[in-house]
Amino acid sequence: MTAPVLQVDRISKTFTLHLQGGVSLPVLRERSLELRAGECVALVGASGSGKSTFMRALYGNYGVDRGAIVVQDGDDVVDVTALTSQELAALRTRTIGYVSQFLRVIPRVPALEIAMEPLLTRGTERAQAQEVVTGLFRRLDIPERMWQLSPTTFSGGEKQRINLARTLAVPYPILLLDEPTSALDAASRERVIALLLERKAAGAAMVGIFHDDEVRSRLADRTIPFGDAP
Amino acid sequence: MTPLLSVRGLTKRYGRIVACDDVSLDLYPGQVLGLVGESGSGKSTLLRALVGELESDAGEVIYRTAGGDELTVNALSEARRRKLMRTEWGLVHQNPRDGLRMHVSAGANVAERLLDGGARHYGTIRETVTAWLREVEIDVDRADDRPGTFSGGMQQRLQLARVLVTHPRLVLMDEPTGGLDLSVQARLLDLIRRLARTLGLSMIVVTHDIGVVRLIADHALVMRHGRIVESGVADRVLDDPQDPYTQLLVSAALIP
Repeated sequence: MTAPVLQVDRISKTFTLHLQGGVSLPVLRERSLELRAGECVALVGASGSGKSTFMRALYGNYGVDRGAIVVQDGDDVVDVTALTSQELAALRTRTIGYVSQFLRVIPRVPALEIAMEPLLTRGTERAQAQEVVTGLFRRLDIPERMWQLSPTTFSGGEKQRINLARTLAVPYPILLLDEPTSALDAASRERVIALLLERKAAGAAMVGIFHDDEVRSRLADRTIPFGDAP
Repeated sequence: MTPLLSVRGLTKRYGRIVACDDVSLDLYPGQVLGLVGESGSGKSTLLRALVGELESDAGEVIYRTAGGDELTVNALSEARRRKLMRTEWGLVHQNPRDGLRMHVSAGANVAERLLDGGARHYGTIRETVTAWLREVEIDVDRADDRPGTFSGGMQQRLQLARVLVTHPRLVLMDEPTGGLDLSVQARLLDLIRRLARTLGLSMIVVTHDIGVVRLIADHALVMRHGRIVESGVADRVLDDPQDPYTQLLVSAALIP
């Protein structure tokens, strides 16, 4: 069996709210996970059970108090919890993609530019980046008249598809998906499932939060319970 | 990777007040550092001590030049320091009037830095100036007008062109969006962000605005009472702040 691409070893996370009397909120306690190429694991549990915190820790967006997050990064193996800003930025450019629940809209910047950004950061030529992104925009049924507009005024579903195109434009070996279809209608959802299944077949490892049962059952090979979930 | 700039134990006192207390930081090539704190936190003092405008009481500012030499910036002669500021460094002031020459035309403001850097061919200078005015979205028809006839946002964009035209290796910005309307701020930030990426700028941006850090910084440093209280990947500092002061700053922002 191949080595895991992601190994989470007993991570714990407590939030300390200094502005609210120093209240401590223990959210993760010794959470572990092993993930191999082409595998998809779904995190399940009620809201507030720590699924998103876990996912954000994997991306280095949240720090952890204890434990390790070991990632296969090309020929290297790195621990997300021990990286400098520079190293983490490089890891996010090369290896780990994150589809957040909400697109961070930048005023004045057109949808096409926002979606091309990760590819350009990797050093992909503009023309090639544009080809990849417009290909995804077409597959996700984003009308061409919207490509040059800033997504500020787009609907939730439109923003979500642009967010997906932005991350899926890059062939990341590891994908983190935080409710990637929550704002989509049935037809769009179907297109996203097809795209993600292709990625999986091509060897991408995925960690996802999917509230939609159908999406989860079609993508995930197994689930990890959070909180009181069965 | 070797840092472009390393600050070690930099300290600046004003009598009994320690404006800048044992500050250390590294800036790597192509990195954008956001230095955030409220007024009085010491961030502007730090910036002025960095560029050698203020004499520091302790500590070192080490810069690696294009030629590969290590310079201790705060020990340079005034002449060497000024030369460095004209060539490899660029400083963008909060108030564009401090960074522009108000009695010469917009075009001349940009051309001046080129002439300083040794450019002599009129045609090339003209071409470069025109290209930079376009880059910062200033109508080329306004090249002969004095900056005083420009709006605040335009003046700030002109200052950017004046600083960036010589391709400095290190750019320092002091509250670049301070004093501008919100819509004008967004436009300027977008411009800075785009230029930082396409030119691979190494930058230190001093700001009190968390939103500026979110939009353009890779790494965030939070300063309070002259000390760095938190330092890390920009999105982690903003989304998972550890220090009580950072938590306060983030929770107080309208759009964090």
